[in-house]
Amino acid sequence: MSIVLKARPAEDSYFENLGNTRFVRFRRHLILCAIGIVMMYPLAWLISSSVKPNTLIFKDLSLWPAQFQLSNYTDGWNALQQPFSIYLMNSLVIVVLSIIGNLLSCSLAAYGFARLDFGGRKLFFALMLGTMMLPGHVLLVPQYIMFSKLDWLNTYYPLLVPNFLATNAFYIFLMVQFMRALPRELDDAARIDGCGPFRTFYRIILPLCLPALATTAVFTFISVWNEFFGPLLYLTDPELYTVPLALRQFMDSEGQSQWGQMFAMSFVSVAPVIGFFIAGQKYLVKGIATTGLK
Amino acid sequence: MTALLERTTRARPAAPARKPAPRKRRRDRAGYVFLLPWFVGMLFTIVPFFASLYLAFTDYNLLNAPRWIGFANFREMLADPLLRQSMKVTFLYTFISVPASLAVALLVAMVLNKGIRGLAVYRAVFYLPSLLGGSVAIVILWRHIFGANGIVNDLLGWFGIHGPGWTSDPDFSLSTLILLHVWTFGSPMVIFLAGLRQIPVMYYEASAIDGASKWQQFRSITLPLLSPIIFFNLIQSLISSFQTFTQGFVMSGGTGGPADSTLFYNLYLYQQGFSQFHMGYASAMAWMLLVIIAAFTAINFLAAKYWVFYEQ
Repeated sequence: MSIVLKARPAEDSYFENLGNTRFVRFRRHLILCAIGIVMMYPLAWLISSSVKPNTLIFKDLSLWPAQFQLSNYTDGWNALQQPFSIYLMNSLVIVVLSIIGNLLSCSLAAYGFARLDFGGRKLFFALMLGTMMLPGHVLLVPQYIMFSKLDWLNTYYPLLVPNFLATNAFYIFLMVQFMRALPRELDDAARIDGCGPFRTFYRIILPLCLPALATTAVFTFISVWNEFFGPLLYLTDPELYTVPLALRQFMDSEGQSQWGQMFAMSFVSVAPVIGFFIAGQKYLVKGIATTGLK
Repeated sequence: MTALLERTTRARPAAPARKPAPRKRRRDRAGYVFLLPWFVGMLFTIVPFFASLYLAFTDYNLLNAPRWIGFANFREMLADPLLRQSMKVTFLYTFISVPASLAVALLVAMVLNKGIRGLAVYRAVFYLPSLLGGSVAIVILWRHIFGANGIVNDLLGWFGIHGPGWTSDPDFSLSTLILLHVWTFGSPMVIFLAGLRQIPVMYYEASAIDGASKWQQFRSITLPLLSPIIFFNLIQSLISSFQTFTQGFVMSGGTGGPADSTLFYNLYLYQQGFSQFHMGYASAMAWMLLVIIAAFTAINFLAAKYWVFYEQ
């Protein structure tokens, strides 16, 4: 898959020139650029509105602000009950712990499924694949009751603990696919050298799985950072709010029409995702092509 | 039974048959140790799974013990106009936005697959929105782009069209969310692109020599060879779009308005379960959704026999 997906600039331009007239090539780029501009326009508008004064946001149509002000960011930062840095920190803590949890638990399970032989393996694997298709809301009510009985409401446990228990079958599946592609001879050689399953796992397999681990980390970052439903359900104390919940408060207080601040903080909330996307693009595209993750 | 067992054990020499057992047990143990977190996690899945099936047949408000009421929840669902509305919204959204976004994804992937300079840049630009589509920030942004005096209406104004208040008009509010879904066509596009790149170029060359038109090539080469990937994307998108929640919640401030036009099924489920604490009813709704999703997936798998083509 990776060979297929690699961008091939030299080949691409060769194929582009092959059998296409100049006009056809020009038209093709024109169409793609037009789609690209339409796609990017909302984001550009968001950034531009975040530095415009409130009175101009819906009046001044140009993307380049006639009046440039950064006060939306400084004011928006402190517009809610807590400074925005609290929400960012909360989200960051949840994201980092979720990544650690997913990497640990999913790689362990994946190694078990991909390499070890034990009674009931096929059944468990089918069960794991089955949970991928299960709509989350089926478990919602009993899980909520369970978490409230455990006195976990208004804590981060309901958001974190499942990640340490390999409940995200997509990532297990991704890693299983990756591990199955590694040559078995490596395991055999390690066993002859006296490695048990655990040492084979963390000395041989895990280092070779780095691309799959990176994909998991990037996907976990983006999905947990954007997650809205879980925090909405389990967090009611504003001090614990994550970034998406905080943004929602801007909507509730929209009567004051502080659009500039709202857009500024919206941009602050999507900027890390864009940053991670640019940094981890390689892994994202590879991961989505092998498992079809969103 | 014991006699039979004795006879079989006596018939064979016991030692060699018994010997692999401890080693097998040790081998098994390693597997179970690696899967330990997953086993515990499965408890967090399987127990709630059956618990919610039980709760679906009860009246439960979180304070009093669940009271068994048989099929009353399901009978109530049949008569519930809001439930019907939420289904209408969800089906309308799914059956327009899923085919639309898959079609756009396939078209763009085919253009990109023609061999084009700057492929990586185009791919990145088209893919980025699909990472942001579910975030609160983007739904807020959408609400204002399509607001009564948002930029979409300004653009339409240039052509002399007086646009409606997209988000405040019940006839149009869902269409803005459908557009938001289409905006995120990037993730199926990347999968399509990976699939297209695996179709050997020689098929196209051979058919071109035989005088096939572009449309014939698309019908007879691209579509059949890509059908497993189209199928995969279709199942994935259907399952996830039946479960849409955030878009409807943020767009309407949690109400599903205007006039229940963005009352997605899961949003209504949330309102029933966590604003009105009809936990039994919410569980019944969740099971109904599970059955609907399972039925659609099954229909897809059955229909796949007729249109999905597997090479070998």
